[in-house]
Amino acid sequence: MPAVKGDGMRGLAVFISDIRNCKSKEQEVKRINKELANIRSKFKEARCWTVVVICDKEKPDRCLTNLVRTVLIIVSDGEAHDSGRLKAHFVCQNCNRFGQSFEEYFIGSNQGQSIVIANTSVVDQGVFSGTASVVILDLGYLFISVLVSATSDLMKLVIMSVKNDLTSRNPVHINLALQCIANIGSREMADAFGNDIPKLLVSGDTIDSVKQSAALCLLKLIRSSADIFTVLYTDLQDYTYYFVPAPWLSVKLLRLLQNYPPPDDATVKNRLSECLETILNKAQEPPKSKKVQHSNARNAVLFEAINLIIHADAEPNLLVRACNQLGQFLQHRETNLRYLALESMCLLATSEFSHEAVKKHQETVITALKTERDVSVRQRAVDLLYAMCDRSNAEEIVSEMLSYLETADYSIREEMVLKVAILAEKYAVDYTWYVDTILNLIRIAGDYVSEEVWYRVIQIVINREDVQGYAAKTVFEALQAPACHENMVKVGGYILGEFGNLIAGDPRSRLVGNDSSNMVLGRQWDLERGEDSPVVQFQLLHSKFHLCSVPTRQLLLSTYIKFINLFPEMKQQITEVLHNENSVRNADVELQQRAVEYLQLSNVASTDVLATVLEEMPPFPERESSILAKLKKKRPDKLKHSMEPKEYKLSNAVVSSETTNAVPSVNSPSKTAVPNLLSLSGSSQSASNPAPVSNTGILIDVLGGLGGELSTDGPVSQPAASTAAPATNGLAAIGVPPVANPLLDTSASLLGVEDKSTKYLGVQQKISSKLPVTINKFIEPTDMDAQTFFMRWKILNSANQECQKIVTAKQTMDTEDVKKRLLGFGVGLLEGVDPNLENMVSAGIVHTRSSQIGILLRLEPNKQANLYRLTIRSSKADMATVLVNLLEHQL
Amino acid sequence: MMQFMLLFSRQGKLRLQKWYVAHPDKLKKKITRELITMILARKPKMCSFLEWKDLKIVYKRYASLYFCCCIEKDDNELLTLEVIHRYVELLDKYFGNVCELDIIFNFEKAYFMLDELLIGGEVQETSKKNVLKAIAAQDLLQEDDAIDMALSEYGLT
Repeated sequence: MPAVKGDGMRGLAVFISDIRNCKSKEQEVKRINKELANIRSKFKEARCWTVVVICDKEKPDRCLTNLVRTVLIIVSDGEAHDSGRLKAHFVCQNCNRFGQSFEEYFIGSNQGQSIVIANTSVVDQGVFSGTASVVILDLGYLFISVLVSATSDLMKLVIMSVKNDLTSRNPVHINLALQCIANIGSREMADAFGNDIPKLLVSGDTIDSVKQSAALCLLKLIRSSADIFTVLYTDLQDYTYYFVPAPWLSVKLLRLLQNYPPPDDATVKNRLSECLETILNKAQEPPKSKKVQHSNARNAVLFEAINLIIHADAEPNLLVRACNQLGQFLQHRETNLRYLALESMCLLATSEFSHEAVKKHQETVITALKTERDVSVRQRAVDLLYAMCDRSNAEEIVSEMLSYLETADYSIREEMVLKVAILAEKYAVDYTWYVDTILNLIRIAGDYVSEEVWYRVIQIVINREDVQGYAAKTVFEALQAPACHENMVKVGGYILGEFGNLIAGDPRSRLVGNDSSNMVLGRQWDLERGEDSPVVQFQLLHSKFHLCSVPTRQLLLSTYIKFINLFPEMKQQITEVLHNENSVRNADVELQQRAVEYLQLSNVASTDVLATVLEEMPPFPERESSILAKLKKKRPDKLKHSMEPKEYKLSNAVVSSETTNAVPSVNSPSKTAVPNLLSLSGSSQSASNPAPVSNTGILIDVLGGLGGELSTDGPVSQPAASTAAPATNGLAAIGVPPVANPLLDTSASLLGVEDKSTKYLGVQQKISSKLPVTINKFIEPTDMDAQTFFMRWKILNSANQECQKIVTAKQTMDTEDVKKRLLGFGVGLLEGVDPNLENMVSAGIVHTRSSQIGILLRLEPNKQANLYRLTIRSSKADMATVLVNLLEHQL
Repeated sequence: MMQFMLLFSRQGKLRLQKWYVAHPDKLKKKITRELITMILARKPKMCSFLEWKDLKIVYKRYASLYFCCCIEKDDNELLTLEVIHRYVELLDKYFGNVCELDIIFNFEKAYFMLDELLIGGEVQETSKKNVLKAIAAQDLLQEDDAIDMALSEYGLT
């Protein structure tokens, strides 16, 4: 009893082509009805498809395929006669929609009995999936998902067979079952498989493709009936660690989020903060277990969440909450938690939103600093104190840190010293406090006070007049202590050498400053006690001389020669010391040289010359605090956020207070004398290395340090401008009205320099500056690779953008020298750009008020001919010519 | 990422070491020596976390054994403690009341277990059940091998 005549597939093809060829709707309906009748007759004969399959032993799959597909075609037609030409596979894809109507179509017309039976048999095939071929199974599932509505009674049967397939070892079967579940996606399905699918997903046995399907299937089910799956996570028992669900995964995910910028989308953002809030809430709940593992795992997630909150740094309430919760940990009995809380709070302190909240815990942190038994925790406490410090609590924190320093562990002393020094400087309102603090620091932990710290205190004292008298008095007192650290001697020597006169009632003290309350105090004290007379100062210093190392002694010698200038009456005594065998014949070359030279100087020079040479040190150009740089070097990672000073009030104030000597004079006989000891590149460099271009550098630094914007007005044509400048009052006056088309005037090498703020501390400042300030001072070097360089070089090809000149060398043509000159000129050197190694290539940007002009430079030396070929191209016409004219004099 | 894990006794004897970053032997020895002395010098109530170079050390003592992990600064200290604990639990479950001798004599098992727990310095499987299952499967394989070997020794294969 063959179910299908001949080739099964041909039957289907004939059917489809028949339908296609139908001229009218009636014809189509007729054809379909005929086919249906055909099928029905077959079902009648065979009762169910299994029989069909069994009957046609040779091609069971094909038979079935053919039959089902035929039915599907009809279904599609039953749905819409108009589009009766749908192809079989299209039907397969558009499943559920048809399924419903199909049943209605047949059942409704009371003819569907056999089809339902057919369905059952297909499902039966599924049940025997162990033996059934994949094609049959495939069709079975297709049939179910297409033809069976979610409410059908058949569903129970379907679920049974799907369940069987899920446990199958054959991944194809499992995948088919998963597809079926996803396609139906009903609540019943979710109920039945809510437990099985997650197991598939996490089981080690399943292969990847199955896991993928399982994940997607789960997604579908969660979307349709989420409530069932809330309990799902508790099913992952294996990954619950001491009552904390999957802590490792949670932490990994939170960590992952920290690698991305905070989300911009408002809904995502809200969702994220909800999650974070939930985590914070969970951490507040009473613990589910007393075990430390439970609390550790829970807090691990909490800390990671807090890290994420800090990373986003956008939700003030979350930040403050985090801070409060960490505050509870500060007194926790677990050392580990205290440690981590302090560490995280450090980060919180850097956020503007939570800074205040962190400050609330100041007392606790100070207690921790004092009572904590573990040095690493104390270290964290120091870090936190440093991070939470601001102007309001600086004095208290610094004094606490100082008092702790006396008993602090050796391992953290140096860092603490640096931190105290930075805080004292950063938040000093009253500089007498600053001086006191640093001197205390030297007294308490002299060994750990690095050079940078005492350099810095000297820089500040020199730059601030109002504190000089006080500083001199304080160091003098400090030096009277029987045992006194060498660093103290250094500071004392330096300060007394400069300002010893201020506390000796010297008449010259009147020259300094108008705020003289300190001086008055000093003088009164002087009159009352009479102990700090020059002789006492000198004797005090000299009593330490022999106990000190060579560098300190060198410094003291400089102090002595300064004393000769400050207190001429002491010349005799000091010359004796200098003349001493121990000095002029000292084994140390530097000491010997200083002794001999100073001695000679004091003998040869007249008082006037001496006064000029040994004049007070000029203020130091303001730079980033060297202490900060040192701390950064020490702990590069920790400092990214917390250590940057929030304000640098000092830098403005310091320079502005004493600017009359803005251009440094070489006021030391030996180039290794005092200025070099302070290792400030400014004055000593220009003294020892009189390269023509770097002379004005200091001026620019000083002007820049004034805090105002330094901007160019464009070149100025009248050289007379420079002479006009000193006559006027403020910095702004130096600014000379710009010329109409300044850049065209190639002879111009002068620029107006303007500073917008002319008053500091309410007083107009006088600056005598050395002009010209040439345009190259406004060049900022840039870095680029060869490719970019030549690309830009080629772009700047119009005639007036380039200027080329053959220049005769006026100085040595040594490559290193030329490089130095180029660097001094202000353009950066680009290494490895030009194929010829002799050539030098640079690039930079000229900053002017109105625009930024890019320049590219190429210098090709010809050593045999003693010539250079200098080519400059600039983005603005004629800038190149101006620069070539400037640079040719330097070569 | 975890950089390395060390197990050593109170006497400072190294029992197990697993490195997830490549270092020359000399450096490894140096690091080990440095850390062992550093950690043994610490008192029991002290904090389990240490800053070391730009990395973090997390250690914990179980009976006579110290477990010491070196992690990067972004890693979570508390969770690393729990990685250690999970490892100890695994050892304990496998050996049944594990002691230092178990690890000395069955160090390869301890390593296997660690490899199941951590891979390339990252946690790979935290389920105790799954790890033990994998180890059991390995043991089974080994047993089969042992039988094969025994048989082949007597020329019976």
